[in-house]
Amino acid sequence: MEFQIIWFVLWGVLWSVYFMLDGFVMGSGMLHHILGKNDGERRVMINIIGPVWDGNEVWLITAGGATFAAFPTTYALMFSYLYTPLLLLLFALIVRGVSYEFRGKENGATWKKGWDLAIAVCNFLPALLFGVAFGNIFRGLPMDGAGYHGSLLYLLNPYGLLTGVLFVLLFVVHGALYATVKTTGELSARALGVANKVWPVLTVVAVAFLAYTYPATRLYDNFLQHPVFLVAPLLAVAALLGIRVLTAQQKPLAAFAASCITILMVVATGVIGLFPNLIPSNMGAEFSLTAFNSSSSLYTLKIMTVVAAIFVPIVIVYKIWVYRVFRAKLTIEDLVGNKHAY
Amino acid sequence: MDVLTLSRLQFAVTGMFHFIFVPLTLGISILVAYMETRYVLSGDETWLRMTKFWGKLFLINFALGVVTGITMEFQFGMNWAEYSRYVGDIFGAPLAIEATVAFFMESVFIGVWIFGWNKVSKRLHAISIWLVAIGTNVSALWILLANGWMQHPVGYVLRNGRAEMTDFLAVVTNPIGLIKFAHQLVSGYTVAAFFIMGISAYHLLKGNQPAFFKRSFRVGATFGVATAFLVLVTGDFHAVEVARNQPAKFAAMESVWETRQGLGMYLLLFPDAANQCNSVEALCVPKLVSILAYHDPESTIKGLKEYLPAERPPVLPVFLSFRAMAGLGTLFIGLSLLAFLMSRGDNIDRRRWFLRIMLYAIPLPYLANQFGWLVAEIGRQPWIVYGVMKTSDAVSKSIDMAQVVGSLVGFTLLYGFLGVVDIYLLAKYARKGPDEDVSAMIKPAGEV
Repeated sequence: MEFQIIWFVLWGVLWSVYFMLDGFVMGSGMLHHILGKNDGERRVMINIIGPVWDGNEVWLITAGGATFAAFPTTYALMFSYLYTPLLLLLFALIVRGVSYEFRGKENGATWKKGWDLAIAVCNFLPALLFGVAFGNIFRGLPMDGAGYHGSLLYLLNPYGLLTGVLFVLLFVVHGALYATVKTTGELSARALGVANKVWPVLTVVAVAFLAYTYPATRLYDNFLQHPVFLVAPLLAVAALLGIRVLTAQQKPLAAFAASCITILMVVATGVIGLFPNLIPSNMGAEFSLTAFNSSSSLYTLKIMTVVAAIFVPIVIVYKIWVYRVFRAKLTIEDLVGNKHAY
Repeated sequence: MDVLTLSRLQFAVTGMFHFIFVPLTLGISILVAYMETRYVLSGDETWLRMTKFWGKLFLINFALGVVTGITMEFQFGMNWAEYSRYVGDIFGAPLAIEATVAFFMESVFIGVWIFGWNKVSKRLHAISIWLVAIGTNVSALWILLANGWMQHPVGYVLRNGRAEMTDFLAVVTNPIGLIKFAHQLVSGYTVAAFFIMGISAYHLLKGNQPAFFKRSFRVGATFGVATAFLVLVTGDFHAVEVARNQPAKFAAMESVWETRQGLGMYLLLFPDAANQCNSVEALCVPKLVSILAYHDPESTIKGLKEYLPAERPPVLPVFLSFRAMAGLGTLFIGLSLLAFLMSRGDNIDRRRWFLRIMLYAIPLPYLANQFGWLVAEIGRQPWIVYGVMKTSDAVSKSIDMAQVVGSLVGFTLLYGFLGVVDIYLLAKYARKGPDEDVSAMIKPAGEV
């Protein structure tokens, strides 16, 4: 019982941290053309995430691996039910990764333009797909004892799409703030401008999402029963408002921190609302996949808990160290003649 | 064609493609780390230039290896949901551990290594590439323990309608998993050794930077002679484990139909699966199969006829892949031994015929790696988990033909395109050779 709850919490933490970290990669990628007006600026846009994107993506691999190890039934059904969206996600992530590596390896204009486009599209698609997928998970999937009754079109319902738009906008603001912090001069100012411009739209969508969640899902049930958990959505809203206050005060680093908290708390709100479900069924609660009916054996959960308790803190320590090593702002001058950069 | 066949084909396509890039990564990461360590210890700038040149090729190769690895993890759930549900209690653990323990380290420190040249000290920079190399190799350990469990399931009990882990220690000390790991590491190292020797040979033939490439060739040859020999040793132990734990696979590898004691090996042999015999059997080396199987010339080898036809692996592809792999492995010992002896003097650039052979030998260890996996995976059929679960019971129930056709076509086109681009870039940067101007290079910062 306790171990299933521990792994449910860890599952939520892994997803939250993944979105917080890959969120600014996706965001800066979506803004690749909007902020990067020329080749030099685009190189800056890629190189500000260069040292960290790969490590950030591993949180997704770990979230997938943890789902497999701790909740194998959920892993099996979630991945096979969402076959086509996951496939698109995979293609996008594959192309995104090689785009960063390949773009600078040739000098032709067409070559660079092609990979620039790939960077923008393959950062946008995962943001949207993750949003649509999580929106539908919040809402519940049409599954019963006979299997899955949905399709790709089924997932494109208004609530799923709204969540998709929410994720895209969250990451755009997040990425714009990251670029503001990590670049200098005109590029940084432009990024801050984008963050400020998109922020009101994000706020409207976030309010709509919170309101629509009430009729569309059962996420609020847990909060009504245990109001103490309301701290998560309240923090999400406070941090979201904080972003704008802090950018107005010319404190982009603090605004980026607020954006991190916003994303962490939005995902936390969803996950708390889901508990004990990992994937609820909207065809009857008895068909929902929960932390209790889809988990591994106690023995496996215990082993995995020991592994996580030892290694996750180590990972966090060296990741923080790496962010410190690369804390400096990046300029075009840094990249001229640097054959190691992207 | 059905969902099962297409899903198997897709797993084969994506797995084999992933495995074009992994073996080189396993070995070249270590060699680049070695070169950089030599630079840090000696200050000799040729070692620095070697680190940068071979490091660049390493990175171009590394990128595709990483991104195609995600597909492997996702596919278990997407196409093999019944498998994942049935054995996830055991099989998920090594995958999750791999991500947490190894993949994080590899992915985080590769960033430090690429972008950290003038941000961290010399020593920390060299440590970063060592952490990448260790991460990559430890990653292989967990993946092969997972695969080893499919080959030889241990430490579990069938309970609650699935396989549940009862003994983690048994899973991580699975002899098949561990010997597979050892065999795979040295096979990957051999790919890297031949890669470095082959590209060095190309430049030596052209007369480009002879000092640089002679030294590179020597590094490759020294490493290669050790690893090619270890491939044979680990392969021998591996065969013994297979004979003991997967006798049907072993029988298919050697195309043995009748159970025999003190079985010899026919150097010329061709299986005839339809008639359950061999159509060609000539040039017998007495007792050799028995010796290979159990290190005992009088041991008894179980023939394929002992198994129901439905429980035998396809004999022809397993047999041919095994022979091809073993033949290539033997060739590598000879080539790397010659390379080692010749590279000890200073006149390797005058042995043009040999350099030409080494240039064209670059793809061979890659092929041997692929053949090895064909033996391992086709030889396990019809089981997905040997003796526990059939492959035909493992496929997802909720996916349909259109989805799998779509994904298979998508993967083939995307991977085909990316593969061409990657190999083009590898060839381009390999041909270009190292930068000669050391003064313009970014060097590691002083002690921080």
